[in-house]
Amino acid sequence: MEHLELFLKSIFIDNMVFATFLGMCSFLAVSKKVSTAVGLGAAVIFVMLITVPLNWLLDHYLLQPGALAWLGEEYADYDLSFLSFIMFIATIATMVQLVEIVVEKFSPSLYNSLGIFLPLIAVNCAILGGSLFMQSREIPTLGLATVYGIGSGIGWFLAILSIAAIREKIRYSNVPAPLRGLGITFIITGLMAIGFMSFGGMLTGGDEKPKEEQKATVTKQENNTTPSNEVKNSEEKTKEKVLANNIKVNE
Amino acid sequence: MGLLSKKDSKLILDPLADNNPITIQVLGICSALAITAELKASIVMGLSVMAVLAIGNVVISLMRNIIPSKIRIIVQLVVVAALVIIVDLVLKAYSYQLSKTLSVFVGLIITNCIIMGRFEAFALANGPWRSFLDGIGNAAGYALILVIVGFFRELLGSGTLLGFKVLGDPIEKKGLYALGYENNGFMLLSPMALIVVGIIIWVQRSRNKALIEDH
Repeated sequence: MEHLELFLKSIFIDNMVFATFLGMCSFLAVSKKVSTAVGLGAAVIFVMLITVPLNWLLDHYLLQPGALAWLGEEYADYDLSFLSFIMFIATIATMVQLVEIVVEKFSPSLYNSLGIFLPLIAVNCAILGGSLFMQSREIPTLGLATVYGIGSGIGWFLAILSIAAIREKIRYSNVPAPLRGLGITFIITGLMAIGFMSFGGMLTGGDEKPKEEQKATVTKQENNTTPSNEVKNSEEKTKEKVLANNIKVNE
Repeated sequence: MGLLSKKDSKLILDPLADNNPITIQVLGICSALAITAELKASIVMGLSVMAVLAIGNVVISLMRNIIPSKIRIIVQLVVVAALVIIVDLVLKAYSYQLSKTLSVFVGLIITNCIIMGRFEAFALANGPWRSFLDGIGNAAGYALILVIVGFFRELLGSGTLLGFKVLGDPIEKKGLYALGYENNGFMLLSPMALIVVGIIIWVQRSRNKALIEDH
């Protein structure tokens, strides 16, 4: 249950883009077409899935105060946590290179679709942010760290996919000239972030009696997710309708 | 600017307006927006990025002839990470409270696209002094936007500037609050940072028509 909760939380409530603004650079630069957005999003999920658990292991067996105790007693009071930035970014950069080589060797078709995006990912703030949040939120087990990594990746994927879809449509509407391109994308992202804030209530129900009502809250959560997704879909549909009307008017 | 030649001062002044890293080059938005709810945090963030970018640009520019181009990204990341660790330790030592507010965002200066972007675009092709000026200029352009956003968000969101109550006291109903003014708590939430930046872009591009994109 913990795992499911963290999974949903990292996708919707702590969404990398809408709650913490991580990975904004590539989010804005690569969201002009849905197909490229899907490629980059998939690459991010893939790399997050590998680097967050790997950095968790590094953090727990190398960097934390007392983490070196497995080497012997005289190492037990070492604290290397000041090295975590450099270790995390080195892991990420080497993993990205390694993943690139492995994927190229074993799945050329996947490599062709991800290819150009993989090197970009080393400097995507969402990836390093995932590892740093994993450290600062003190995620306790390797399993949870994996779930957190993949959840954050999916959240980022969802965000870039939806903004790319909106940007493809917005080309047909009459945006004030100075706002065209970057400006309107910022404002749309802001509005989407406000929309995502409504997911914040998803996991707060049922805190008073956690043990007895655990099952009930879980079903509640699931009930909560589906209607809000539907609401989002219908919102998008109405947006598209409005856009379609605009196109007709322009014609 | 008597000290600098015309070409050099252009390096500093250009990124402040017509080639601003945030509003025109779309770099470095990642770690910028989340910490602008207070003016003080924005200023400190701007200064940290300035230190890292200026020194990093000089270091990369000095090493530009000996870095093999295949592994240059890893070399650049290691240089930035080392500088960011220093900044982080300094912040922790002299202003612990503030370093708690900035939390992981100091670490995220490493992947701030401004830094990698300037290394790639400028420091790898220019000498140390010009790279230093370029670093200062770009970081100043970045800090400028951060300070503007921080100013409006803190003023409208909590009615203070750098912690001073400039609009009066909301609890005792003094100053502007006596007239029935209320703080807009919405400005403190993160989505408003995006919308404020959107408005800055709008204003900038309506003043300078050459910057308008065609889609």
